[in-house]
Amino acid sequence: MTWLAEPSVAIVLTGVMVGMSAALLGSFLVLRGNSMLADAISHSILFGIALTWLLSGQTSGPLQIAGAALSGVFAVYLIELLTRTQRLRDDAAIGLVFPALFSIGVVLINVYARDVHLDEHTVLLGEIGFVWLDTLAVAGIEVPRATLTMAVMLVIDALFVIAFFKLLKLATFDRDLASALGLAPGFILYAHLTLLSGTAVAAFDAVGVVLFITFVVVPPAAAFLLTRALVPMILLAMFMAALSAPVGYALAILWDVSISGMMALVNGFFLLIAYLLRWWRGVRAGRAEALVQPPPSSSA
Amino acid sequence: MIALLSDYTLQTVMMGALLIGVLSGVLGSFAVLRGQGLLGDTLSHAALPGVCIGFLIVGGRSLEGVMAGALFTGVVAALVVVFLHQRTALKMDVALAATLGLGFALGVVLLTYIQREAGSAQAGLDSFLFGQAAAVLRRDLYPMAVVTALSLLMVILLWKPLKLMSFDPAFAAVSGLPVRLLEITLTAMIALAVVVGLQMVGVVLMTAMVIAPGAAARQWARSLSGMVLLSALFGAIAGVVGGVISALAPGLATGPVIVLTATAIALVSLLIAPHRGLIPQWYRRRHRLQHTSTDRILLTVYELAREHGDWRYRVEQGAVDAYHGMVTEPLLQALVERGHLQPVRHMPDEGAHWQLTDKGLAHAEDCAARWTGGSRLRRSEPVG
Amino acid sequence: MSELVSEDIKEPHEPALALHVEDLTVSYGDRPALWDIDLDIPPGVMAGIVGPNGAGKSTLLKAILGLVPISAGHVRLFGHPYRMQRRRVGYVPQRSSVDWDFPTSAVDVVTMGLYGELGWLRWPGRSERDRALRALDQVGMEALADRQISELSGGQQQRVFIARALVHKPDILLLDEPMAGVDATTERSIINLLRQLREAGQTVVVVHHDLQTVQKYFDWLVLLNVRLIAAGPRDEVHTAENLRRTYGGQIALLDDNDRPA
Repeated sequence: MTWLAEPSVAIVLTGVMVGMSAALLGSFLVLRGNSMLADAISHSILFGIALTWLLSGQTSGPLQIAGAALSGVFAVYLIELLTRTQRLRDDAAIGLVFPALFSIGVVLINVYARDVHLDEHTVLLGEIGFVWLDTLAVAGIEVPRATLTMAVMLVIDALFVIAFFKLLKLATFDRDLASALGLAPGFILYAHLTLLSGTAVAAFDAVGVVLFITFVVVPPAAAFLLTRALVPMILLAMFMAALSAPVGYALAILWDVSISGMMALVNGFFLLIAYLLRWWRGVRAGRAEALVQPPPSSSA
Repeated sequence: MIALLSDYTLQTVMMGALLIGVLSGVLGSFAVLRGQGLLGDTLSHAALPGVCIGFLIVGGRSLEGVMAGALFTGVVAALVVVFLHQRTALKMDVALAATLGLGFALGVVLLTYIQREAGSAQAGLDSFLFGQAAAVLRRDLYPMAVVTALSLLMVILLWKPLKLMSFDPAFAAVSGLPVRLLEITLTAMIALAVVVGLQMVGVVLMTAMVIAPGAAARQWARSLSGMVLLSALFGAIAGVVGGVISALAPGLATGPVIVLTATAIALVSLLIAPHRGLIPQWYRRRHRLQHTSTDRILLTVYELAREHGDWRYRVEQGAVDAYHGMVTEPLLQALVERGHLQPVRHMPDEGAHWQLTDKGLAHAEDCAARWTGGSRLRRSEPVG
Repeated sequence: MSELVSEDIKEPHEPALALHVEDLTVSYGDRPALWDIDLDIPPGVMAGIVGPNGAGKSTLLKAILGLVPISAGHVRLFGHPYRMQRRRVGYVPQRSSVDWDFPTSAVDVVTMGLYGELGWLRWPGRSERDRALRALDQVGMEALADRQISELSGGQQQRVFIARALVHKPDILLLDEPMAGVDATTERSIINLLRQLREAGQTVVVVHHDLQTVQKYFDWLVLLNVRLIAAGPRDEVHTAENLRRTYGGQIALLDDNDRPA
C-alpha cells in the first residue's frame, strides 16, 4: 500500500474525489438555479476556517470541517435574511454577504495567524501539489490526510444523495409539491447546502475555494447539455469531473503550471465539447427533420 | 496626524482609493438597480488572467498593461456569459458561476506560468488577488485617473438613456433606444470599475465595491442622480478609510479592509436610512400602534361581527392584525381590561380569538353612531 | 357555525363539504391578499374561481394547500385539515412556475405525486411506475411516458401535470390556470378530461382567467377579489351585478374605512 503515499497518486486521487463530490452536489445546485450560492458558500468558509482555528487551534480534521461548514450555511442564512427585508435583491444580498465574511476571515488570519499553515492564498488557490506531504497512519498505512478527508466527505455526500435522492429531486424540481406532500423541502435543501459547505472546507486544502466553484458548476452544466434524465446527468458530471483530475495533472506537469488550476480548466474544455456535441446533434437532427417532415407545429 | 496626512505614500494611497471609490460607486449604482451585481463578481475574477496576459505582453508590472489586459478578459468573460446564457438552455446563474470559476482557473494557471518564467516579479502580481495599498505608486494614479474620468464622462453623456435602462428596460426598447448597445455599455462600465480597483481591492473582493456603495445609497436617495452621487461619496469614504487603515497597519491586506468599511456603510444604511431603514420602519410601526385608539380596534371587531351577522362572532386576532398591518395584541388586551372584549377559543388550529361583550357592543355602537352620524342601522335585538 | 369550539383537531368539522373555508385571511407584508373568505364547495361539482389579476386566486389555492402562511381562519377538506388529507387532494400548479428544462421524463414527473406515500427514504419501484403509467393513460399520454418534459407541447405538459395530480386518486382536484397558454383544441380536451373526472365523482376546482368561457365550463362559481364577492351554483352567481362588483376595481375590506383614527 505504499503507492498511496506516492505524490502523483495522492494528488490525482484527491483531485478525483474533490471533483466527484463537488459535481454530485453541484448538479442539484445548478438545476435549482442557485449556482452563485456555491460562490457565496466557498468564499464564506474562510471566515469559518479562521474562526475555528482561533477557537480550537485546528486547521484540519472533523471539528474544523464542521465548524467551517457552519459558516457557509450561516452565509446562506444571512443572504436569506437580507433578501427578506425586501430592501435588497438577491444578487446584492449575495454580493454583500460573502465578500464581508471572506474579508473578516482574511483580516483574522492577517492579525492572528501570520506564521501558521493557514494563509489566504492557500485557501484561495489550494496547494494540491503538497497533499502527499501531510500523511496520517491509518491501520499502519500512511495515507495523505487530504485524500482521506476527501474520501470520507465523498462517502458522506454519496450516502446523503442516495438516501434522499427522491426528495432532493422533488425539492429541486417542484418545491411547492414537496411541501404539499408534507416532505419538508426546506430541511432537505439546507442539509444539501450544509454538505456542500463541508465539502468545500475539505477541498480547500487541495483546490482552493474559488476553483472549487468550477468543480461544482461546470461539470453539471456540461452534463446538462448532453443528457435528458437526472441520474445520467449526475453520473456524467461526476465522470467528467473525475476525469479532469488525471488529465489536468498530466497537463500541469507537462507545462509546469498550477495543478489545481489546470484540473479546473479541463472542466471548461469538457463544457466546450458538450456544447459542440449538442450543436452538432442539433444540426444533424435539423437536417434529418427537414428531409422527413415539415416543421412541427407548436400545438398538440 | 498632520504629519501622516502629508506622508507621500499615504497621499498616493488616499488618492487612489478615492478614485476607486468614486468610480465603483457611480458605476455600481446602475449594476445594483439592474440586479447585475454578481456580474461584477464574474468580471473581477475573470480579470485575473487579463492581469497575467498584460504582464506577459508588456513585460513588466506596468499598471497600464495590466489594466488593459484585465479589461480585455473582463469583456471576453462578459461575452462568454451572454453566449452560455443565450445559446444554451443554461440559466444565468450557471453562466455566471461557470465563467467565474473557469476565468479564475485560467488566471491561476497563468500566474504559475509567470512565476516560473519571471521569478520574483510574481510577488507583485500576487497582490492583485487581495489588493495592496503600499504597492500603488504615484505614477499608477494616472491611468486610474484617466479611466475614471472617461467613465464618468460617459455616464454624464449617456445619462438619460442609462436612467431609462435602469428603471424600465422594456420601455427603453419600445421608445427606440439602442438597448443592446446600452446593455453592452453598462457591462463594459462594470468591467472598467473592476479594472480601476484591481490594484487596491483585488480581483477576489471587487464585487463588494460594485455592490455595497450602490446598495447603501439606494437606502437614502429618492432620485437616480442623488443615488449615484451618494454612492460615489460612500465608495470614496470606504476607499479612503480602508486604504488609510491598511496603510497604517502593515500586514493587513487592503482589499478586505476597504470591503469591510463599505459593508459597514451598507449595513448602517440598511438599518437607519429614514424611509427604507429597518429601524425607522420598526419605530413607525410602534408609533402607529401607540397612536391607534382602542376604539378603532373595537370598531374593526364590531364591523367584522356585523358582517357575519352575529354580535358574538369570534374574531381571530390574525384578521385584526392583517387589517391594521401590525400586531394589535396590546390594544386587544387593553379592550379586555376595559371589559369591551373577552378572549375566547375557536378552532384548535387557529390563533387567539376575541368576542364583543355587551358593554363593548354598546360602546362600539356609540362610536359608530358618532362617526357615521347615526345613519347606520342599529342591531334589532341583542344576541345571546 | 362560529359557535363551534372543539379542542380536538381530529374531530371532523363540516365533513359533508368537499371544501370548507372559514374566515380565511392571508396577508403579504402590510396588505391582505385574501380577506375574510367564507367559502363552501359541495362534493361532485366543477367549480371555477374567477377574478381580476391580483385578486388572490392562486393565493387561495396555496392557502388551502398550506403553501402560504394563513393569518386567520381555517380550511377543511372533507371535514379535516389539509395535512390530514394529503392523499385526497391533487394539485396542478401554474405551468409558468415549472422549470421545463429539468432533466426528467413524463412518467417520472407523475411518479413524484406518489413521493408523499413513499415517505422520506423509500425509492419508487415497479408498482409506482405502473400506477404512474395508468394515470398517464387516463389523460391519454401513455405513449409519451418516456419523453423528456421539454419535448412535450404545452397541452401535453399540462396533461402530464394533471396525471401527476390524479396518480394517488384524489377526491378533490385543485388546478391553477390549466388553460393558460394552450390552444383552443387543447383547452377543449382538458375541459373534457375534467368533466369526465367530475362524472366519476371527483370535485374539481379550477382557477380560471377567461370570463367568456366561465358559463360554459363550470356548474359552480366563485367570484373573488381579495374578498369573496359571491359563490354558489353558476346560474345564481353569474349575474351582471356580481361581475361588476368583482371586476369594478378596488374593494373596501370593511365599511369603516373612512372613519377617523
